[in-house]
Amino acid sequence: MSDAKKILVRARVNGEAREAEVEPRTLLVEFLREHLNLTGTHVGCDTSYCGACTVILNGRTVKSCTLFAPMAEGGEITTVEGLAKGGKLHAIQEAFAECHGLQCGYCTPGLLLATLQLLRKHPRPTDAQIRKGIAGNTCRCTGYQNVFKSIRMASAEMEKR
Amino acid sequence: MYAAPFSYHRATSVQEAVKLLQELGEEARVIAGGQSLIPLMKMRMARPTALVDINPISSLREIETSKGELRFGALVRHADLEHSAAGATVPIIHDCAAGIADVQVRDQGTIGGSLAEADPSGDWGTALLALETSVVCFGPDGQRTVPLEEFIQDAFTTALAHDEIVTAVHVKVPPKGSAGAHLAFKRSAPVYPTASASAQLTLEDHNRCKEVRIVLGCVGLTAIRAKEAEAALRGKLLDEKNIRAAVEAARAAADPQSDMRGSADYKRMLAGALVKRAIGIAARRARGESVEAGHEYVGR
Repeated sequence: MSDAKKILVRARVNGEAREAEVEPRTLLVEFLREHLNLTGTHVGCDTSYCGACTVILNGRTVKSCTLFAPMAEGGEITTVEGLAKGGKLHAIQEAFAECHGLQCGYCTPGLLLATLQLLRKHPRPTDAQIRKGIAGNTCRCTGYQNVFKSIRMASAEMEKR
Repeated sequence: MYAAPFSYHRATSVQEAVKLLQELGEEARVIAGGQSLIPLMKMRMARPTALVDINPISSLREIETSKGELRFGALVRHADLEHSAAGATVPIIHDCAAGIADVQVRDQGTIGGSLAEADPSGDWGTALLALETSVVCFGPDGQRTVPLEEFIQDAFTTALAHDEIVTAVHVKVPPKGSAGAHLAFKRSAPVYPTASASAQLTLEDHNRCKEVRIVLGCVGLTAIRAKEAEAALRGKLLDEKNIRAAVEAARAAADPQSDMRGSADYKRMLAGALVKRAIGIAARRARGESVEAGHEYVGR
């Protein structure tokens, strides 16, 4: 990295106040992985295509490879590490495990967050809504059929809770 | 991938943004949603020495309706427009907003940023040219309103001075009996379209075209108003023969380049097909029918 002036970036990540001094060109995904050691968020394509780096920032999804970290200053961020609570997996994580909604797992952190956002907007999504909701997340293993099953199961489980 | 180093500055008012741009000089750029600019910076196709982040300016996030005009703050996100009342009344806006890239990009990308970036493959430049649109710019000498036709000058080139920012986009609400459609074909959700087309029609006597605008996207250095295609329909019946003439004129107006998305010939044919479909959907909507339309891609 160059010796460009570093700036302080503060955010609430998974409910915890976190901060780091970074170069302005630091991408949000690098801020999370390299500076906060939250390596659950993956860098897939690094071109804003694949969605593996999806996190939720202030209630909106974002491909964290396509945002400079200072733009998240003061923000509320949810990453895959924030899904499980008290050692218990989130209903979405359980559903993906149960329905084999993953194989290699590389795209999974992004898909889980995209699913969380989808189910917040559409608790009982139609197939068309699921297709649209995860259109920005590429999975090269599953062929998506089991991802659909997982999302439907998560939707049903979350309705019960 | 790392962008070239830059200094980062936050503006909390439009005045402060302009002041920063003046101080930082011509190599400084405004950043809004960043969904076009950040990829360009990562590829080092853009190397601004400073970024002025206008996201803290909350007044730029509002949507208002005033005197028959829709007024979108520059920071209104595509996703906000997808779910807005404006999108429900002016279907072409919904078609465009709901189909740009994917959920993540629509959650971040802004209407003002999209126009100011003037990417020839961007959707807003095409859809909004089918309506009466003006871009509100703010600079050291105050505010000026520029018609969209004059605002976008070339690929990635606008009428904005280096120390001006886009603050709003104003769109005249079309009259009763007028409706439009914005259609695009893309290879997958996250990518730019291979070609797009917008049509806005005002009908009279059920099937006569009183007024029309036809715009092509991704097939030239800017969005292209296909004026000869419009002339083939204006004042005429929307029958097969006239629509065919309009489609042929639209194909002739396209000026595509062969690239990884397809050959020039293919894009020209695709643009024609999208124009034909957009005219049909716009006409059905103008007659009061509710028709779903927008971006088509594999797996949709």
